[in-house]
Amino acid sequence: MSPAEEDQIKQSARNGWLLSAPALFVLTVAAVGPLVIILLYSFLEAGKHGNVVWNFSLEGWQSILWTKDIFTDSYVWADAHLTIFWRSVKLSFMTTIFAFLVGFPTAWFIATRPPKARAFWLFLITIPFWTNLLIRTYAINEVIRAQGLLNTILMKIGAISKPLELVYTDTAIFIGMTYVYLPLMVLPLFAAIDRFDMRLLEAGYDLYASRWDILRRIILPIVKPGIIAGSILVFVPSLGAYVTPRVLGGGKQMMIGNLIELQFGQGKNWPLGAALSLTLLLIVTAALLYYVKVANGEKSHG
Amino acid sequence: MTTQNAIEARNVVKAFGQGDTAVRALDDVSVEIRQGEFFTLLGPSGCGKTTLLRLIAGFEMPTDGVILLEGQDITYLPPNKRPVNTVFQSYALFPHLTVAQNISFGLEMLGKPRGEIKQTTERMLALVKLEEMASRKTSQLSGGQQQRVALARALAPQPKVLLLDEPLSALDLKLRQAMQIELKRLQTETGITFVFVTHDQEEALTMSDRIGVMSAGKLQQVGSAKDIYTRPVNRFVASFIGETNFLQAQAQGNKARLSSGDVVDLDAAATGAVTLTIRPEQIRLADPADADALPATVTNLVYFGTDTHVHLALADSTEVVVRQQSPSTGDSGVVMGQKVGLRFAPGAAQVVGD
Repeated sequence: MSPAEEDQIKQSARNGWLLSAPALFVLTVAAVGPLVIILLYSFLEAGKHGNVVWNFSLEGWQSILWTKDIFTDSYVWADAHLTIFWRSVKLSFMTTIFAFLVGFPTAWFIATRPPKARAFWLFLITIPFWTNLLIRTYAINEVIRAQGLLNTILMKIGAISKPLELVYTDTAIFIGMTYVYLPLMVLPLFAAIDRFDMRLLEAGYDLYASRWDILRRIILPIVKPGIIAGSILVFVPSLGAYVTPRVLGGGKQMMIGNLIELQFGQGKNWPLGAALSLTLLLIVTAALLYYVKVANGEKSHG
Repeated sequence: MTTQNAIEARNVVKAFGQGDTAVRALDDVSVEIRQGEFFTLLGPSGCGKTTLLRLIAGFEMPTDGVILLEGQDITYLPPNKRPVNTVFQSYALFPHLTVAQNISFGLEMLGKPRGEIKQTTERMLALVKLEEMASRKTSQLSGGQQQRVALARALAPQPKVLLLDEPLSALDLKLRQAMQIELKRLQTETGITFVFVTHDQEEALTMSDRIGVMSAGKLQQVGSAKDIYTRPVNRFVASFIGETNFLQAQAQGNKARLSSGDVVDLDAAATGAVTLTIRPEQIRLADPADADALPATVTNLVYFGTDTHVHLALADSTEVVVRQQSPSTGDSGVVMGQKVGLRFAPGAAQVVGD
């Protein structure tokens, strides 16, 4: 290679960096920047009226799991936080499972319609995205409240004798999140099922497989990438959900998102809020790594 | 010993749609497929051959009629309860499984013991010569190899009947010819009854013990390749299998007078207006001076390598095609416009129905 050519390659590499500079700038400012600030804040002291005092402190991280007993000055487990973590993970997990149980038949139904009808059904799935999340959540509240649609119907058909007390419970949050995140499960599942070769069903049926065998041994393994994508898309935002638990949990049944908001608001403990945010990030990352491991593990031997 | 039929279809009707718009894909089809034979359903697309195959497989239920498997009524049995397996046109191999897993799938679903599954799978891999590919994904195989996996997968559970739905149509000519021989070998080795569906007459003629020719939802003729080629029952069969000439004639006993006024001999007696079929290779060119040769004029010559098709016009300009071996180099053969005589081989002119 001549020196001139080498120069040219170096030049084009430089130009490449220059061309990607705007993207790098946006990424730095929008993604890395806030993360660095939060990381910094989590190691500082809380100010009296919010904000932070620029003194190094591990108090923020410590108070995630332990609180100082005001009488004895000793550290005890922060039960409230642990409860909230557990509720967040449990509800997000349940939401993911239930969204799959409802979303899979839905996606299958849509994918097996004729092309024209398919577009219509997909359109219906996306309609909720047009409405503000807050309004949709209040609508769910309206459905599940004591004199709401759900209770009225259940009473009418005689399934229950007195209204179910759903409002401000974990169940309410679970119902709300399942409703809100369901489309995020249906769409990737649809994409996967749409690519599925329906002729394989006949092949399976011909080779003595029962319907259940076909679902378990043929359909589910083949549409697995869609299941994983849908599960991530539902689980991750569920874990950080704020509006849904706020409205349907009524501030009593908090999730991590609400706890974080509390620290930056009334709690006036920004370092704790920052540390909690990073904890949420860690949980999500751990969950994603696990999903990826499951996905790849299947690929290499399956 | 009376040998039972592997498959018997009795008066099978399959209609798609309802009322006036209903289409009869199968219109009163009855056929007996013998144990251990290579039976081919041959016909143009839309003739109902695939529908009949799907009825035997159990993917469709007939509107009317009965299907028997070794004498037992299986008409309404679901596919997973029939000891019948299919090789699909698209192969429909399971993309998430390896070659060996594809082959063992049916055996696993039947709940066979592990040892037997392993043994049978290995035997099948050897049968289709894919031992080396056992742990490959099916997407890493060539078309011909995928075809063999599909065969092994369908043969592994040792079905009473193997159904093959145009399995060779996706392969190129060379591979297709090799697979034809392979299929015949597999059928002989396993002794399983094969029901093969194709629109390719050459495929049907080379592999089958017997052929069922279908058209418009009806079975037109069943017989050996030779039967069907030499004694077609009607115009459709005669024209679908091989090439032929149709001549209108007035028959009287064993003689028939063509529209050109020439008289030809018939194999069987007939009377009235008939259609005759004469295969192009059953006609010879002769000297025009020959007294009992039909006078004709060469109108066209089409060269096919080993053969040449000579198009001729009879006295009333009825067209007749004669197939000849191409003349060796230097030999000029016939030329356009040349007057020649035609001689029909004994029994060449057959009366066919419409």
